[in-house]
Amino acid sequence: MAIYARRRLINALVMVLAMAATGFGLLWLVLVLWTLLWNGIAAITPALFSEMTPPPGSAGGLLNAIFGSVVMTFIATVIGTPTGILAGTFLAEYSRGSRFGEVVRFINDILLSAPSIIVGLFVYELMVVRMGHFSAWAGAVALAIIVVPVVVRTTEDMLNLVPNALREAASALGSPKWKVIVMVSYRAAIQGMVTGIMLAVARIAGETAPLLFTALNNQFWSTNLNAPMANLPVVIFQFAMSPYADWQVLAWGGALLITITVLFLNIGARALASWGTFKK
Amino acid sequence: MPADIVLPRVAATNSRRRAPGDFIFRYLTFLFALLVLVILGGVILALIDGALPALRAFGVSFLYTDVWNPVTEKFGALAPIYGTLVTSAIAMVIGIPVAFGVAMFITEICPIWLKRPLATMIELLAAIPSIIYGIWGLFVFAPFVQQYIQPAIIDSLGQIPGIGALFAGPPLGIGVLTAGFILAIMVLPFISSIMRDVFETVPAMLKESAYGLGATRTEVVLQVVLPYTRIGVVGGVMLGLGRALGETMAVTFVIGNAHRISASILQPGTTISATLANEFTEAVGDLYLSSLIALGLILFVITFIVLAFAKLLLLELQKRAGG
Repeated sequence: MAIYARRRLINALVMVLAMAATGFGLLWLVLVLWTLLWNGIAAITPALFSEMTPPPGSAGGLLNAIFGSVVMTFIATVIGTPTGILAGTFLAEYSRGSRFGEVVRFINDILLSAPSIIVGLFVYELMVVRMGHFSAWAGAVALAIIVVPVVVRTTEDMLNLVPNALREAASALGSPKWKVIVMVSYRAAIQGMVTGIMLAVARIAGETAPLLFTALNNQFWSTNLNAPMANLPVVIFQFAMSPYADWQVLAWGGALLITITVLFLNIGARALASWGTFKK
Repeated sequence: MPADIVLPRVAATNSRRRAPGDFIFRYLTFLFALLVLVILGGVILALIDGALPALRAFGVSFLYTDVWNPVTEKFGALAPIYGTLVTSAIAMVIGIPVAFGVAMFITEICPIWLKRPLATMIELLAAIPSIIYGIWGLFVFAPFVQQYIQPAIIDSLGQIPGIGALFAGPPLGIGVLTAGFILAIMVLPFISSIMRDVFETVPAMLKESAYGLGATRTEVVLQVVLPYTRIGVVGGVMLGLGRALGETMAVTFVIGNAHRISASILQPGTTISATLANEFTEAVGDLYLSSLIALGLILFVITFIVLAFAKLLLLELQKRAGG
């Protein structure tokens, strides 16, 4: 009986610890979001969306940085999405069981988790050194390289969930394989694929490290993609590390904007995914 | 039979003539799949190319020299490598048990209706961009650590002879321990979601048998679930480690960016990624720049090995579950 009591005691203890661990994890989520809201809400003013990043000691907003972030995220998505979808299509539809497919899948998964700062270094060597200056193009390409593995992965996963009977039915009607893929597989998997793109956009919306050496920053309004361009993450980095109170407030405002965007995209993507037709 | 050899060839030509779209689409997707490999190859080549001047100038000693002097152009990677490894180690020590607890709670304990929301909330921790952890760490967490946690650590653990040196020095708030702790929060969702996934692969019959023999939940998890999923759990941990090693912005904000190796984990230090983020755009001189890229190369090699190992373990588990 003593052994039984001890086992039950240990069990109860472990259960409490597991619960505590979960609470501990959630605590940080709540804490981070709460302080972000607390500090950032004061910075959300009309000026934030209508004025440029100020020199130290004066008031201003983040308009040029918001614009830069939107532009670079957009270009990166436009470059990265088709690339990722086509590569993912190859993996799911053409390479089942092939060696080459396995290698690509393996490398893609490593790129998925590789440090983003390395991507920044790569694009610096690839574009900034060659062109001789930092530019928004370089920033967008760096972000696109981060988008690709995410989209490859989700596209492949989603196409794999499409029942083979659908493909067989289309093939039996005589349609060539590319038509089967485009008209049947893609249509069946579209929700999941959109989810993947949303997650990829969420991921790059807050990426800072790859932009540091590529898009750099710009204090002024600039629409020139061939020149350095302001962007929210780098502005937050610069302003938060500065000793000026005005800048720090703007940094909090920018941080709140990014977080709201990212969480919105994430939750939206999840909602869309759980709404999907095919589930694992 | 010859007919067998001829027949497929005829069929293939026919289908190519009938549907050139097939041929084009197949090779189009193939090219983009190839692009994934090209990106990896490009990253490796670019890093090696950029790092060559530094590697030529310092040779292997670059890896174990603890000098970082832009003025005399003497560079060694030891301090950033050390910082990277120590912060990641701290993150793992804190992160693994918590992630295990979370995964265990979600898969084995909590009611079914709570599973999904809980899992989503933990995964949202991974969605928050790292710069947000950075700004939060700098303005909220570091001052809190400085005021409450570090004095307590210095007064208790710091007084123990021997390991006391690990916890010596003034409470600064920022430092290696703070960075490691924030990293732990950041890798927690990655590790716990993989653990959760692999825990779900345990056949219900195995668990039910154990319960039928009178095992407690703890015993089922530790003696049935964990041995069954050991490979996947290690894979998840390695994946988290890969993330921790390369994490940049959050660490840059709170580690203090000091190029030195302190015995105490309460003191400032630096990591490879933090050094890059701080110094790259301000680096003057080819050798300085090249040394920074060499740091990047080292980071890439380390994370590549860790991530490849993680992936292999997870693949192994998948194969076993499938077969």
